[in-house]
Amino acid sequence: MKMNRRTLLCNAVKLAVVGAVGANLSKAYASAEDAMKKIGEFAGGAAPTEGRISLKAPEIAENGNTVPISFEVDSPMTEDDFVESVMIVAEGNPLPGVATFHFSSASGTCRASTRMRLAKTQRVVAIAKMNDGSVFTDARDIKVTIGGCGG
Amino acid sequence: MAAKPRLKVPKSAAAGEVITIKSLISHKMESGQRKDKKTGDLIPRKIINKFSCEFNGKPVFSCDIDPAISANPYLEFTARIDEAGTFKFTWVDDDGTVIEAEKDIALS
Amino acid sequence: MKKNKLTTVLMVAAGLTASASLVVTADPVDEALEIDGQAMISRTAAPDGHPLKEVISGWHYRKAETRNLEKDTFENPGMLAVEQGEEIWNTVEGTAGKSCASCHNDASESMAKVGSTYPKWNEASGKPFNVELQINQCRTENMGAEPYKFDKGGQKPLTAYIKHQSLGKPVEVDLAEGEMQKWWESGKDLYYKRTGQLNLSCASCHEKNNGKHIRADHLSQGNINGFPTYRLKQGTLISVHNRFRGCIRDTRAEFPAAFSDELMALELYVTWRGTGLSVETPGVRQ
Repeated sequence: MKMNRRTLLCNAVKLAVVGAVGANLSKAYASAEDAMKKIGEFAGGAAPTEGRISLKAPEIAENGNTVPISFEVDSPMTEDDFVESVMIVAEGNPLPGVATFHFSSASGTCRASTRMRLAKTQRVVAIAKMNDGSVFTDARDIKVTIGGCGG
Repeated sequence: MAAKPRLKVPKSAAAGEVITIKSLISHKMESGQRKDKKTGDLIPRKIINKFSCEFNGKPVFSCDIDPAISANPYLEFTARIDEAGTFKFTWVDDDGTVIEAEKDIALS
Repeated sequence: MKKNKLTTVLMVAAGLTASASLVVTADPVDEALEIDGQAMISRTAAPDGHPLKEVISGWHYRKAETRNLEKDTFENPGMLAVEQGEEIWNTVEGTAGKSCASCHNDASESMAKVGSTYPKWNEASGKPFNVELQINQCRTENMGAEPYKFDKGGQKPLTAYIKHQSLGKPVEVDLAEGEMQKWWESGKDLYYKRTGQLNLSCASCHEKNNGKHIRADHLSQGNINGFPTYRLKQGTLISVHNRFRGCIRDTRAEFPAAFSDELMALELYVTWRGTGLSVETPGVRQ
């Protein structure tokens, strides 16, 4: 495996995240370890690199039940060079999976938007898998506020 | 109340144009994580778990959906139009129900 | 000073940064509301006798992502219920074999001013009627159908569909009819009456402290021109009487029944406080 600064950084993040799991005794939420496992299965052994995919989400969600998220992957989306799928994972939800989007050259571009649930303040990760097997990632920390009025 | 999809697809597009498609369907998206307030029992999961879009029989876009997608699932994506034809949209419910809808697009 | 300190504490508790010496202000956002390109009146001069100078739609107090959902009728999830309401409008129910459309035909014409002018005086009942009560009267007297129970059956979608026909029209209640003035007065009394263990009145939050934060919520003026409104929290339409009951519950008081004289008086008075604002049904709130 080729090690560059980005994969190193990525692995360092993984270690830090996995390290933090030991301290997290809450059973109600998925652990970052579960999330990493899911990402690993999706990536099929490839190390995710930062770049090419950009994930957009509000910094502070007004309500965790409906949080708009969108992403875009830089790709020509031709029959020879396209994004196969993009997976969204939430590290702090009861289950880490959010959705997996599948694209084709007929998609024209690789972008999509949806609305998701966030059980608490957490990190949301997007991973894009290209048709050549390379994998790219981006992540956002989203704060979930607790309303005043039965919120 | 049966799920009833809403779709926003342009009526026409130029050959080679990339269009944006928006879809919204009425569904509670019961996550399987909530407890019944009276009995304390877990309310069984019932969500739309799969969405797909085909154009003239060829796959354009699809999505495997987990319970973390909000009630009344909204999906926005794109499609490149090379010919006139028909989009077919499919939503699959956990209970096996399949909801289908179609939209035509012409070349301008 | 005490109040400022409290607000600051609330802000910090919400995870937002605020300097202890800073007065935390959270003004409603200065942006024009257009729905599908149609301009809405979302801020306007208050009517005579109103305690505030300007009435402001709750839309201005929300964050960009919530505001954006209301600006586009496709993206607004409340429109799913409006479409469901349209189906109900055209569906025959009851022993008389009628639908709403049998008598009222095209809702876009017959209902165009309903959403902006209700509650209206109902002489036979001796009380103001909101759209929900009017629907139930139609169902029992003209359709031979069962009245809807509160928030059940087609009540919320049909109410939303009817009110949506007034989208953009300014709210204007006629206080000159029947005993409307008297009901307005009792609504006003309730608005200023402190209740519950927390000893709060409607005015405590929505008149004296609108624009400030209560924990992470940005307090609005509590106008109801967007009801039934889609709340992101519940992921469904919320009726105005449900919202009233929620507010009263949060003061830790016993809440009156939906459509009771108390809540009808309150609905009339609170609707009047939003005089001049466009009907936004279905609004989108957090």
